[in-house]
Formats: sequence, structure tokens, C-alpha cells
Amino acid sequence: MTISPPSDFASTAEQPRWQRYFGFSTDHKVIGLQYLVCGFLFYFIGGALAGALRTELLTPISDFMPREVYNELLTLHGTVMIFLWIVPVVNGAFGNYLIPFYVGARDMAYPRLNAVAFWMIPPAGVLLISSYFLGGASQSGWTAYPPLSLNTAATGQVIWILSVLLLGGSSIFGAINFVGTILKMRRPGLQMMQLPMYCWAMLGTSILVLLSTPVLAGTLVLLSFDIVAHTGFFNPAMGGNAVVYQHLFWFYSHPAVYIMVLPAFGLVSEILPVHARKPLFGYTTMVYSIMAIVFLGLIVWAHHMFTSGTPPWMRLFFTIATSFIAVPTGIKFFNWLATLWGGSISLNSAVMFSCGFIVNFVFGGITGIALAQVPFDIHVHDTYFVVGHFHYIVYGGTVFVIFASIYHWYPKVMGRLLNEPLGQLHFWLTFIGLNLCFAPQHWLGLNGMPRRVAEYDPQFQFINQISSVGALLMAVSTLPFLINVIWSAYRGTVAGDNPWNALTPEWLTSSPPPEENWHGEAPLVHEPYGYGLKSPVSS
Amino acid sequence: MPIPPRILTLLIGTALVLVGLWVGQNVNLLPVDASVNAPLYDELFKVLFSIGTTLFIGIVGMVLYSLTRFRRRSDTAGEVLAVEGNLPLEILWTAIPAVVVLFVGIYSFDIYDRMGGMVPMHDHSMASMQTAQEPEEKTWAGISPASVEGEPPATAVPIEVTAMQFAFIFHYPEADIISGELHVPAGQPVSLRMTANDVIHAFWVPEFRLKQDIIPGQPTLLSFTATRPGRYPIVCAELCGAYHGGMRSTVIVEEPEDFANWVAQNSPVKATPTSSAVIS
Ligand SMILES: [Cu+2]
Ligand SMILES: [Cu+2]
Repeated sequence: MTISPPSDFASTAEQPRWQRYFGFSTDHKVIGLQYLVCGFLFYFIGGALAGALRTELLTPISDFMPREVYNELLTLHGTVMIFLWIVPVVNGAFGNYLIPFYVGARDMAYPRLNAVAFWMIPPAGVLLISSYFLGGASQSGWTAYPPLSLNTAATGQVIWILSVLLLGGSSIFGAINFVGTILKMRRPGLQMMQLPMYCWAMLGTSILVLLSTPVLAGTLVLLSFDIVAHTGFFNPAMGGNAVVYQHLFWFYSHPAVYIMVLPAFGLVSEILPVHARKPLFGYTTMVYSIMAIVFLGLIVWAHHMFTSGTPPWMRLFFTIATSFIAVPTGIKFFNWLATLWGGSISLNSAVMFSCGFIVNFVFGGITGIALAQVPFDIHVHDTYFVVGHFHYIVYGGTVFVIFASIYHWYPKVMGRLLNEPLGQLHFWLTFIGLNLCFAPQHWLGLNGMPRRVAEYDPQFQFINQISSVGALLMAVSTLPFLINVIWSAYRGTVAGDNPWNALTPEWLTSSPPPEENWHGEAPLVHEPYGYGLKSPVSS
Repeated sequence: MPIPPRILTLLIGTALVLVGLWVGQNVNLLPVDASVNAPLYDELFKVLFSIGTTLFIGIVGMVLYSLTRFRRRSDTAGEVLAVEGNLPLEILWTAIPAVVVLFVGIYSFDIYDRMGGMVPMHDHSMASMQTAQEPEEKTWAGISPASVEGEPPATAVPIEVTAMQFAFIFHYPEADIISGELHVPAGQPVSLRMTANDVIHAFWVPEFRLKQDIIPGQPTLLSFTATRPGRYPIVCAELCGAYHGGMRSTVIVEEPEDFANWVAQNSPVKATPTSSAVIS
């Protein structure tokens, strides 16, 4: 049983190939690539912003840009990287491209909603960036804590809220589509426990999006009332409570971390078995771990508020809950190690970036467990230690997986392989750059440098310069990547339909895939990781 | 003679733990400790650093070993054993993080308790004016390591802190001193009553390992006992506007007699019973 896209929109299929990517296409593959390319454009903007911040931090005094502008750029950097790069790419891009293949469908459950969800992103992004030119962007950081957000750069703050509301809406529409597709569009005969792991990761992520994003939206609407209509929900000067905002904000924004890393966990689970030629180790425990992370992820938010107005019992509860996330997360990492163990591992760029992810994420996870402990956090909260920690998680973790996925699926989309030596160069530059940039920041935080400052104690200058050199290396690392992606599109080795001899369904059709994914019926893959097994595919 | 794999695993595991312990004990990443709870913090840090080092080297070692030992050498993938799972192993590595986390949690709770984190906060400055029936003023509480080895918290030096864009102002109510720098006596508890005028700020002294947000709307209480005389930075740790990075001050920890002299020199109030109480 299949559902075709609505006929009035299906006509875009007759347009020339490149034009479809600028239109209201309902093809999940087109939408996935729209998310990806759009995300990369914002990644480069966010990266340029980071470059400006690291340039300012080369010297202990504020001399590269006005202090207000520094705060505007750090707010834009955080917001762009989270809401316009990582969340849309790791969910929207790979989710839309892969999920219909994985469930054996010809498209997503709601193709038009899918196109709407994507087309909310470019205007939201343009709106956000435009605030910088319309009298100044928000200066209160991506957390927008009141009362600072209530009395600083009001226009920029309101535009920021509108933009994040649009992006949150897009994320919710996307999540509805993933849940609908995974639960209702499966090919007959395909059981839930036979789905590739990325489906489970996206199911878990979508549940988190649906439960937590509306809370953020409601909170930001109230915040905008406080700014525009001078209500007093979060304004202590009017009897409001600024700490309530923090609870509501982190009720979304802690799960947001899992919205950024759970899909990455799923993608790594697809990549490693293929290149190690072994089944994914411990499929069932992997599924339960995802669901455990979803549940625990919803009850740990106040670990961001240990130095705020938080009573002792709450500090203890959130320490315990946060620490226990290490258990399901640990299971996943040991299972990946066991997947590699005894395999026949091809050390290509996809595997290098996946293993880079494991190393970086373990580092960020260990500092995360430390941060979860109240007495430890009281010293390093709101310092560069935290900045280092979360960049290991989101950059060293998720962004590494995004690159691994591009090396893995590029031949699927383009029909050609990416160049391996350029890929290895890209990996080593990124890996060294990341560690040079973010590892020293832990020391900075421990020794007294707070985050979000344009000026700092001169004793920290040398370490800050090392960190900035690391950031420069990360910027340089995108060059071999860009050259590779463009050059390989024309000159890359022709891949054939299934260059990795993979068993997951997207590789069981031509590369690039036809309009409706399959040339005949969708294959029934009951062992997507059946490497070395007798008959992984039937029918 | 080949070593059996079990023994080898045990040996490697022991070696890892030893390396972790050595690194945790010998690599110092922290600034000087200058308050009663700083050594407690450093003790916790060493333990976490040891555990973290052991886990990190262990896992990275396994990744590197797998990538070299099981690297594909020819173009065609050789046949490998299709292992889909192993329940005892999976139970083992559910247990490892569970045990580590349980230990870390209990240990850090103990540290937090010894820092005074579980001591209920009372606003001592208000207590004298209150009758039993009156409700206490609503306050936020930081940690309260006010009582050192049974010392009654009543001897704490009360100081009022006002945080504003972009400065801290310290008021000594008993001696009626207003100062831009914080003077405290070594070895005597100090009780801060902090208020914010405009936006959220945070009071952080890295050498004290202590940080507390100051939120407009409700006073925040924070107590500490400085131990090591010297000058240490006070840093605002919560983004509070354009000059947030410049919102710094200094805490000067002095021997009790030097502190008493400073109070005497700066106080418009002549020596009173309360200020002599501070000296004792
Ligand atoms: Cu969190
Ligand atoms: Cu401040």
C-alpha cells in the first residue's frame, strides 16, 4: 500500500532537476536536501559569527567590536547554530531523506505539511539575521533570561522571539510527520523491531519535540507580552518571577540537547555496521536506551539552574536524574564499540568521523557527569568550562556525525563517491581544530573565566589565543570539504547503486533513487543489519 | 607463555585505574584554595578527574585498538562473525555506568553536605527583629557553610551586597561601611545578603569555589568562611549586559586583626560592642 503525493503538487516533478530545489516540492528527498543545503548556509553564517567572537577574544580588552555588538553576535551565533543548523539538519535533512526509505514508503505521511515545515525555516532565518540590521539583534544570549531580555534591545528581542517561534513551529510540524510516517506508513510485514535504529532515534526525538517545544513557544509568547504589552509574568519589578522563566525555558532546552544528539546516535548506528560488516550490537537494548533517554531527558532541566534560585532538594533530585542518563548513554557507546569489535572495518572518512564522534562525545559526556554534580557545578556553572563541554557534545558529537553521514550517503544522493584523501584531510583538520579550540576552555572555566564576556583577566590571554587558533583550523577544515562536495559531484568515482554493499533499504534501489523511491514494490528488509547472516532481505 | 585473556583484561583494567588515580592526584587544574569549602571541592574534583581519566583512556583505547586490530586490509570485506548481541555483556555495561554514577552521586552528596549545602538557610540579619509568629522574608538560598566545626552561625559577619549594572557594592551594616571591595576576615564565617537592582548577576569567587546568582525580586543568602589571606577576584558570572565582562571586584581576605583595623579606620561609627564582637 502506498500513498502518492497530492497530484496538484506532483507536477513539480516535471520541472528541470535543479529548479525543484527552489520550489514547493513535496518529494521527501528534495525536502531533505533543501534542509541540508539551507542548514549549511546558516552553518557558515554561524561559523563566521564564531570567528568574529574568537577574534575579539584574542586580546583581554574589548577592542575588535563594541561590547553591545559582541553580545548581539554571541546571541546570533547560539541561535543560528542550534535552531537553523543542527536541529534542522540532523532531524529535517536526514529524517526526511531516510525515514520513508526505512519504512518502505514512497513519501512522508503528510507531504504538504512537510514542505510547509521546511519553508518556515528560510524566512525565520532571514528574519533573525535581519534584526542585526534593523537597529540591533537581541543581546541576551540564546537563553534570553529576563529581566535582561526585557530591558535590552527590545526590537531585536521581539524579532528573536518571532523567529524562534517560527522555527519551533517548523520543528513541531516535522515531528508530527516523523511520528505519523514511522507508525503508520510502514510497508506491510515490516515490524517496529525490524526498523533501522535511526527510525527509533527519530521517534524518540519527535516525542521530545512534541512534548517540550510547545512549552518553549508558550514561554516566549509570555516573554513577548512582557516586552511589548508591559505585562509582568517574568518581571520582578512588576511582581513577576524571573526563575519561573528559567524553569520553563530549560524544560524545552535540556530536551533540545537530545533533539540534537539522539538523531546523531541513530545515524551512527546506521553507518558503523555497514563499514564494519557486522550486525548492530544489541539492537533491543539500543531501542530501550533511546526511550530511557527520552524519559530521563524530560526530568533533568533544572541542572542548568544549580546556582539560581533553586532549593537544596531540587538540586539533589536533578543531580540524581541527570547522572542516571549516563546509564542508557553508556549502553549505546559500549554497543557501538562491540559493533566495531571483531569486524572488518574500512577506515574511510565516514568511519573516521563516526569514531571521532565517539571520542569527543565520551569526553563531553564525562565532563557532563561532573557538571551534573551540584557541588562541582557551583564553581564552573556559567564559565568557559560549560562552553567547552557543550561544544564537545554538539560539535564534537552531532556535527561530526553530520559529516560522517554526508560521506556515507553522498553516493546515494549523487551517484558518485566523495574523494577519500580530501575526506581524511577534512577529518584531521576538524578533529585537531575542535580539540585545540575547546579542550583549553575547560581550564579557563576552572580558573576563573566566565562565559559570554568580551573582556577578561589578562592572565587568560595565551590560552584564549590557542582556542582561537583551534577555531581558525575548524574554519579552514571546511575548505577541503566544500571542494570535495563540489568536485565530486562532477568528477567523483561513479558509485553504482550500492557502493558499501549495505543492507538498509535506501541502498536497495538505484542511486540516485527514482521519483517514488522504488522501481517496483518496496523491499521487505527484516534484518537491516544482517551482515554475515543468510537472508536479510525477503521478497 | 601466552597470558590468558581474562588475566590480561584484569591487568589492563588495573593499569587504567592506576593511571587515572595518578593523573587525578597529580595534575592540578584549579586555582589556589582560599575558603573552607575549596579543599572539599578539590577533593571531589580529584575523584571525578580520576574516574573520568580512567573511563576516557579505556574507551578511546578500545576505539583505537579496534580500528587497528580489525582494520580491513584488502578491498573486499572478509567474512566476520555475525554477533547480534550478548546479554551478559550488555548487562555488564549497564552495570558499569550505573555503579560509577551511584558512587559519584553518593560521594558528591557527601561533599555537598560537608560544604553546608543541606543546612537550612536563615536570614540572620532579620532573625533578631522577628517574633516567632512572623513569617520569614522570602529569600533564595545559596549554600551555607556558615558553621565551621560547631561554631554557632551567629558569629558570622553580616555583609549586604548590592549587584547592579555593572558593579558590586558591599555594605557592612554593623560598622556602617560602604565599600567597592569586599574585606573579610580569615577563619571567620561571613554571611552575605545579596540583592540585585536591575538584572540577574552572579557572585563568583573562583578561589572560594563558590558561585550564586543574584536575582532581582528576592534577596539571596550566601555564607562562606575564607581561609587564606590574599586578594582574589570577584567575578560576575551571569550575562548582565554590555559591560558584563568588566563587572569584577576584589575580595581581600585579611588576618582578623588587620580586618578589625580596616573596620576601625573606615567606620564612621566609633568602636561599639558589635564591632568588637567582629574582632573576637
Ligand atoms: Cu541540560
Ligand atoms: Cu553582572
